[in-house]
Amino acid sequence: MLDYETLKLIWWLLIGVLLLGFAVMDGHDMGVGVLLPFVGKNDMERRIIINTVGPHWDGNQVWFITAGGAIFAAWPLAYAAAFSGFYWAMLAVLWALFFRPVGFDYRSKVNNPTWRSAWDWGLFIGGAVPPLIFGVAFGNLLQGVPFHFEDNLMPVYTGSFWGLLNPFALLAGGVSLAMLTFHGANYLMIRTEGEIQERARKAALIFGSVMLLAFALAGVWVSLGIKGYVITSVVDPGALPNPLDKTVAIEAGAWLGNFARQPLLWAVPGAAFVGGLAALLFAWTRKPVLAFIGSAVAELGIIGTAGVALFPFIMPSSSDPRSSLTVWDSAASQMGLSVMFWAALIFTPIVIAYTSWAYKMMAGKITAAYIEANDRSAY
Amino acid sequence: MISETVVDLSRLQFAATAFYHFLFVPLTLGLSFLLAIMETVYVMTGKEIYRDMVKFWGKLFGINFALGVTTGITMEFQFGTNWAYYSHYVGDIFGAPLAIEGLMAFFLESTFIGLFFFGWDKLSRRQHLLVTYLTAIGSNLSAVWILIANGWMQNPVGSEFSYVTMRMEMTSFRDLVFNPAAQAKFVHTVSAGYVTGAIFVLGISSWYLLKGRHIEFAKRSFRIAAAFGFASALSVIVLGDESGYAVTEHQQTKLAAMEGMWKTEEAPASFTLFAIPDDARRANSAEIKIPYALGLIATRSTDKVVPGIDRLEARAAERIRQGMEAVQLLELMRAGKAGEDQKVRFEQVKDDLGYGLLLKKYTKDVSQATPDMIAQAARDSIPPVAPLFWTFRLMVLLGFSFAALLALSFWYSAKNTFQEKRWLLRWAVCFIPLPWIASAMGWFVAEFGRQPWTIYGVLPTQLSTSALSAGSLYGSLAGFLFFYTGLLAVEMYLMFKYARLGPASLGTGRYEGEASFQPAH
Repeated sequence: MLDYETLKLIWWLLIGVLLLGFAVMDGHDMGVGVLLPFVGKNDMERRIIINTVGPHWDGNQVWFITAGGAIFAAWPLAYAAAFSGFYWAMLAVLWALFFRPVGFDYRSKVNNPTWRSAWDWGLFIGGAVPPLIFGVAFGNLLQGVPFHFEDNLMPVYTGSFWGLLNPFALLAGGVSLAMLTFHGANYLMIRTEGEIQERARKAALIFGSVMLLAFALAGVWVSLGIKGYVITSVVDPGALPNPLDKTVAIEAGAWLGNFARQPLLWAVPGAAFVGGLAALLFAWTRKPVLAFIGSAVAELGIIGTAGVALFPFIMPSSSDPRSSLTVWDSAASQMGLSVMFWAALIFTPIVIAYTSWAYKMMAGKITAAYIEANDRSAY
Repeated sequence: MISETVVDLSRLQFAATAFYHFLFVPLTLGLSFLLAIMETVYVMTGKEIYRDMVKFWGKLFGINFALGVTTGITMEFQFGTNWAYYSHYVGDIFGAPLAIEGLMAFFLESTFIGLFFFGWDKLSRRQHLLVTYLTAIGSNLSAVWILIANGWMQNPVGSEFSYVTMRMEMTSFRDLVFNPAAQAKFVHTVSAGYVTGAIFVLGISSWYLLKGRHIEFAKRSFRIAAAFGFASALSVIVLGDESGYAVTEHQQTKLAAMEGMWKTEEAPASFTLFAIPDDARRANSAEIKIPYALGLIATRSTDKVVPGIDRLEARAAERIRQGMEAVQLLELMRAGKAGEDQKVRFEQVKDDLGYGLLLKKYTKDVSQATPDMIAQAARDSIPPVAPLFWTFRLMVLLGFSFAALLALSFWYSAKNTFQEKRWLLRWAVCFIPLPWIASAMGWFVAEFGRQPWTIYGVLPTQLSTSALSAGSLYGSLAGFLFFYTGLLAVEMYLMFKYARLGPASLGTGRYEGEASFQPAH
């Protein structure tokens, strides 16, 4: 068995991998959902757009579900504190997600313009709300969340839902929404042609620029206006997790501490800019596959930047800093982490292999001719 | 302290969303294998009609599956949103099968279901057949993992309490996976799903036969469903009995309540076929009993005693008193005031910690618990009898009636005379909704019967919720009811629409009634 400290670090990385998997895979589906009502001008165009993700959205959504399950299993305290604390935000994500399976599957089963248009907007909500709220959640993590643990480790959230929607958090939500929409636009360019592809390209140029500007602005805001957290007591990373067994201070500039100590880490936000700019360039020069890879790299950079800035914190507490959750004291047991590590090591490559096969079998442009030929079975 | 209202509302919300989710799961489990069987016949014989069967029943499968996915996400979120203390206390064990379910089962099922629907022209016949099987295997694997998680709630093996982390921690993954409670549950649950799928196909096919529509299509579907369903119904009953045996071993309180056994009988105990249990009076009236039967079913012996409620309550009271000590020692240890002796003593009594926590319902400071409170908590350790007594019997009755329907259908399909037996066809149509009711009853017995625990003997339901306000819960419950009612209405509308159309909805030009249907343009 690997030692406990290493396992805790590995699981921090693996949760990051799952979140990135979500952003790259489910993210482009959601981006396509956001663009659907605007890029598709009539029923045929919208059917083309929906069918670019038709065979894959369900598998892609599992990245999200698995990430949720993995947070539960690897960081039970963080799962408990975050999901119950962000109660209404989580319900909003959940209810928005309701529209996706039914939107995809039911939309074209009835030939009525009102019915179809209603589900199109359902797919828009299902694509836009989750990334927005995830961004808002990260924005709040960076500012600290008002919660504490009682003696028996019951997490108690003392803020309000509206308190989550503060200006910085909304900016972070904007970064996240623009990021996934950009990625979705790049994907749409790969799978369509003609006017739809042109409109997708325009959307990519707009959302890619918004993403980079908002990300840069958030970076400036974090370095100048947002206080970070530091652990002030001695940490034993291999110890049994107990979040109340430490002291934490709030300090200006603390979120830049990891970058100052390890200048190599600047490569992470660097990747966001390099990937984002490259993706914009490739979208501009009509090389959609490269643009898609570029926006995936940008996602890695943006999610990674938030993770590295917070490290070792996962969920800092603004109202009772010692209740803050860190990589060291939110983890599951050594055996639990070890079992899941092996499961992830075995199954993730298998999942990636058959997902690639599925994409390969369904590759090619979706056209009006395809929809007409598969009128009864296509979405 | 969390108010009783919040606990009750959290339970209500969980029950509502779980029952709702389970409207869609059994059909997915069963129909996916029926599709695989139909497609196997297609690949082997090359007859187009079998491909049409896969496509048509696949369409209904898809309508159902969409809501299964939708409502499934709720289940995963809800532990964190509404059962935060539960999530913390047992996440180390309970979370692992959920995460592995995602990695191993959901990815498989969800990736290949896309190819199942859209891959007909892009894949070779054999490739498509493989895809269909992988979808079915994926759905069934997800049942394996979720029932391992649920089996652990019923019979928490392979884990131990740690006072430093203040939670249950995994000590053996093997014990968790090979938990006998989980094994029995898995086979019982998936075979119930197969019966659901079979009766669904059987019922709708019978309706076509009664209406004289799509005769060839309906006859072939009927035959496959009857054979598959008959085999499954037998296994539900045999394995349900096995599940009952597992209950005896691990949850005597559930068994005693299910059977309305107020008093311990001498071995072998009799089985109460009918009675009117009265929870207030703690006795039954109008009993009809079969001598020896329960003892034989539950203990597989003639000399082992099945303890009744009287004995179980006395035992619980004893464990509660020991648990009081465990709770007090734990509090000392958490405050850093415990000596070595006390730590050693805690290890001796910590198996009863959960019983001590039952007192938290009555007093914040468990050391101050009065004999009255202990007696009350001991009474709480037995779930209400009447609801369990009735739902269990209704489930069993339904199970046997499905077996009868499927056995007769199988018999007449072997003799190839089923299409003339209009009584049988009518029976099959009427029975379409009943497997869902039986499944719901089964889950009721499993979950309500485990009360007052979320983790049997370890964590009381009372302590498992999140620190939320009653207002938040009223709001979320209303939201769920609103969305779920709307979605169910839409689903039923489409299900009826496509079931009525039958294979005409495929637009192949081979089935009657196609002119009236123009879905797209």
